[in-house]
Amino acid sequence: MIEVEHIYKSFGDKPVLTDVSLRIRDGETLAIIGRSGSGKSVLMKHLIGLLKPDRGRVLVDGIDIDTISYDELRKVRRQFGVLFQGGALFDSMNSFENVAFPLRTFTDMTESEIRAEVEQCLSMVQLPDVGPKMPAELSGGMRKRVALARAVALRPRYVIYDEPTSGLDPETSNTIDELIKSLTDQLHMTNIVVTHDMHSVLTIADRAAFIHKGRIHWVGTIEALHESHDPVLCRFVRANEYQIGKPALRA
Amino acid sequence: MRVRISSFSPTTFLLGPVAALGRYSLLLYHAFGSLSEFKVYRKNISEQMMRVGIDSIPIVALAAAFSGAVTTVQTAYQLVSPFIPKTIIGSIVVPSMILELGAVVTGFILAGRVGARIAAELGTMRVTEQIDALEAMGLNSIGYLIVPRVLAGIVMFPVLYIAASFIGITGGLVVGSLSGYVTAGEFIDGAREFFQPFDPIFGVIKSLVFGFVITSISCYKGYFTGGGAEGVGKSTTQAAVTSCVYILLADLVLAIVLL
Repeated sequence: MIEVEHIYKSFGDKPVLTDVSLRIRDGETLAIIGRSGSGKSVLMKHLIGLLKPDRGRVLVDGIDIDTISYDELRKVRRQFGVLFQGGALFDSMNSFENVAFPLRTFTDMTESEIRAEVEQCLSMVQLPDVGPKMPAELSGGMRKRVALARAVALRPRYVIYDEPTSGLDPETSNTIDELIKSLTDQLHMTNIVVTHDMHSVLTIADRAAFIHKGRIHWVGTIEALHESHDPVLCRFVRANEYQIGKPALRA
Repeated sequence: MRVRISSFSPTTFLLGPVAALGRYSLLLYHAFGSLSEFKVYRKNISEQMMRVGIDSIPIVALAAAFSGAVTTVQTAYQLVSPFIPKTIIGSIVVPSMILELGAVVTGFILAGRVGARIAAELGTMRVTEQIDALEAMGLNSIGYLIVPRVLAGIVMFPVLYIAASFIGITGGLVVGSLSGYVTAGEFIDGAREFFQPFDPIFGVIKSLVFGFVITSISCYKGYFTGGGAEGVGKSTTQAAVTSCVYILLADLVLAIVLL
């Protein structure tokens, strides 16, 4: 379980997170939603210790990750897989090497075991043939899928998705959403999805936490989201409906 | 069009370099503190040695050959007269290459070629979140990215320096004899006459320091890149310029201390 307790974070004199508290339960898919610039990605980086809060703490399975040593933090991080917004595939490696990288670095698997594992991961994201291709040769959606294969290669307990569908066409977005769902079913992971895409939220999430003005303004199940009359949340959801061209809550 | 004017802060102006030095020192401390994980980036070291060393040979050889040749022609133009023996050409060109030109020319070329490449590479990795991805996997990104590059610099720069000195001297000898300024025998006699065994050792020490300066500064600039594509451009330029400045500074300090 991940617990975020009263996090405050500012950059210079600009506060981004003012008092964020959140609990992410094992096995659930939690969507962190909010407008652009609301601090979703900043919160996401706190969960794996890429950013340190000015105040407050983040507990991963009861361990305060801001007080432990760097080596211990790295051990905690190995329980996470992260899908970054642009994929963050290593330019100098082809798709196969990208997915093989964590296996080569953190396991004692033999070359043939690694090959089998990478092929399985690439098949799980429905890209069995892209192994020899360099990241620059892949489309945006394919890059994200290869990055997803890399993120789950070590079978992490937690997977964080930073805007998994941003910049993708609706059809590719749906594919990514379906992949997240099927991977969750296959690998039983806890997912944290940072997004402003309500269609994604309604497709894959069990719960949603809405960040507004540096705080968790609303948190609840998807059913509760349907029924919420919170004006700020409703405004955000309606703006999304307008953008995607259909009522998000009925998707 | 709105123009943003950045405000001048005396505190930032004064403390900026101190903070940068602190960050640079911390970066190196963390980098070399991770040497115990050598196994993880062993493969990366040989790859970097290829890129820093072997790939740089053609341009270093070209620059060194021309430096030797031009030094020979200019020495002949300035010093050769009926009252000065022609061996003077060899006795000036060879120590110049060994003591100064071999290392400094190699340093400047590599500050542009290797330094800029390192900064651009790491800067791009930073702005495209590849460094965050390494960290998120639980890898020590500083150790993984910086140690192989700095070690490659420290190992390969002396090799390039030796090659540059040899090629520069050969270039001087060939151009000197082809143009009729000096015979090969006179050139070699001159070189032998004033040869000091410590000179090549000094050159190797210098190139080793230059290798460290260039790669560590470029890694620092690249690793702490911010601000997208513009930031990468800025880091790349700063890496090349700062490396050149510190090469000159190190050159002077080493000459004062060791000669």
